[in-house]
Amino acid sequence: MPELERYRQMARIREVEERISALYGEWEMRCPVHLCTGQEAVPVGFCAALSDGDKVLGAHRSHGHYLAKGGDLNKMLAELYGKADGCSAGKGGSMHLVDLEAGFIAATPVIGSTIAIAVGVAFAALMRGEDTVTVNFFGDAATEEGIFSESLAFAALKRLPMVFVCENNLYSCFSPLEVRQAPERDLLAIARANGIAAASGNGNDVDDVHRLAVEAVARARRGGGPTLLEFATYRWREHCGPNADTDIPYRPPGEYEHWTGRDPVTAYRRRLLAGDHATEEALAAIDAGVVAEVDDAVRFARQSPFPAPEEFATDVHAG
Amino acid sequence: MSTPVSWIATKQLTYAQAIRDAHAIALERDPSVYLMGLGSPDPKGVFGTTVGLAEQFGAQRVQDMPTAESGMTGVAIGTAISGMRPVMSHIRVEFALLAVEQIVNQAAKWRYMFGGQMQCPLVIRLLVGRGWGQGPQHSQNLDAWFAHMPGLNVVAPTTPADAKGLLVHAILEDDDPVVFIEHRWLHGIKGDVPEGYHSVPFGQARIARVGGDLTVVASSYMTLEALRAAEHLAQAGIDVEVIDLRTLRPLDTETILASVARTGRVIVTDNSWRTGGFAGEVTSTIAEHAFGSLVAAPRRLAMPDVPVPTSPALARFAYPRARDIVALAADMLDAGERVAALQALPEPAHLDQPDPSFVGPF
Repeated sequence: MPELERYRQMARIREVEERISALYGEWEMRCPVHLCTGQEAVPVGFCAALSDGDKVLGAHRSHGHYLAKGGDLNKMLAELYGKADGCSAGKGGSMHLVDLEAGFIAATPVIGSTIAIAVGVAFAALMRGEDTVTVNFFGDAATEEGIFSESLAFAALKRLPMVFVCENNLYSCFSPLEVRQAPERDLLAIARANGIAAASGNGNDVDDVHRLAVEAVARARRGGGPTLLEFATYRWREHCGPNADTDIPYRPPGEYEHWTGRDPVTAYRRRLLAGDHATEEALAAIDAGVVAEVDDAVRFARQSPFPAPEEFATDVHAG
Repeated sequence: MSTPVSWIATKQLTYAQAIRDAHAIALERDPSVYLMGLGSPDPKGVFGTTVGLAEQFGAQRVQDMPTAESGMTGVAIGTAISGMRPVMSHIRVEFALLAVEQIVNQAAKWRYMFGGQMQCPLVIRLLVGRGWGQGPQHSQNLDAWFAHMPGLNVVAPTTPADAKGLLVHAILEDDDPVVFIEHRWLHGIKGDVPEGYHSVPFGQARIARVGGDLTVVASSYMTLEALRAAEHLAQAGIDVEVIDLRTLRPLDTETILASVARTGRVIVTDNSWRTGGFAGEVTSTIAEHAFGSLVAAPRRLAMPDVPVPTSPALARFAYPRARDIVALAADMLDAGERVAALQALPEPAHLDQPDPSFVGPF
């Protein structure tokens, strides 16, 4: 049942992020992590609308995008542990995720930078006549970059088969939206002014995300050009790192509580139970399964060897 | 190493025509190759280097683009990691500075940062130059910046034959990003260029002139100034070896060190500023690995650390030229009197335009 699968995927991402948070203090994962706790609904709702051959690119906060597109969990955790079995062989860490088999092409952390690369991936598909939709996930801050505007303009010019997905979590590091964008700034209008279809939705409602994603992906696939979707959501943890940061007075009073009260995972759980889509037992079994899977992945990552010293200088150039 | 061309059919082409030739061969051979750049398909065709190619190969193979260097470099990278072989041209290196984030963070590292699973076979043509009042923002040559980056290849050919051969290699044979530096003062020079498929591998310097008294290391346009200085010094019985690097990264240290081992004296020229410039890299390599061969301190000849002014009355102080090499060489060889006794090295009437005497072959 797709509803249960959506729940499982969100619960799984939540469990992964919270496990990273719990284990990070052991100092074995020695790389920056940008956790997406609280933002699970967008990747899950969106990727459920994609086919296996479709392609996804992320940014710095992309554990959820990688996992929702089918990226290998063992390889992701091994990558965070800096191990040879990591998805980037230990050379990338949390900020450089890839699983080509799953269609997760890349995540890199410099804000806005992958947007243009995603446009290029879509452009290659168009030039070669491939039936592939390309999706790029990024945050609200990325829309402030010049490369965002450049990318929209070119995607519209070539009517590229792609979807731009903005997860607006209100913050760029600790800087709130109101110090970065005029209150009149309308992201959807910016997209439309470039000739791109646009819509916004509730980023904490996996069904709402999915509904908009289906429409946008269908438009891309039938040659109708790109779409920009903006989803309102909220980052629970600090910008970078495993911790809560409510002790730092940068979020307005009540804001954190407002958003954690709209937790996408528990809200969906309640909806499934209320709609008779699932029983408490079925959901508990899913939860237990997810915990066991993450247990295994952590074990895999810990047991994986470190890359051999000679790997330091490989893969700089071809050959 | 000099290119063995004697048994190959050649024709006289300008450097710009040779580049056009390389483009045509690459487009013909590999359907995944496409050219992109502001004005690529226009009638002037990026100083003649793409003229007629859009007509021959179609609009999808030779594309114009929005004035969005950063975004379009990202687009080119996206196509390269998807299996295509884009060639992007920027008619001034300064315009490409808008794309440095993409070149440095993404293209240069794409193979490495994902553990070798993908590659980024992207060629970025950067046109550099000097003269004609191009001033502070149209006459820089930032070769050393790009050569600093692991993961990039940096190519700066001098001759039409090398321009063709190195560009063919860059587009069709090398699977990594290449920064291909073309000096505008070279576009008009002529030389014998092998016909048909001709490729020159990276990392093999060319000995442009054999000599035993002193080595001059150069690349791109400065090779011509070095050759001119060498001809002049020969009249005073000074035998100068000129090494044309061809590629800055990878750097052919073997050829440089072997030459210095024979001559014991070296001048390293630079197409850019002195501080942090590429001549410093070459000089350091020589000092580290050939110190025992040196009979005099190695010398650098680079632009003074001043932005390039526009007025010809001021810009003439910005660029080193043959007579500066001559003066340095005379000093290093203690041959001031012998060199001073020569008829003065003829100076171009105008220093802000390419010297028409540079016609090759080289």
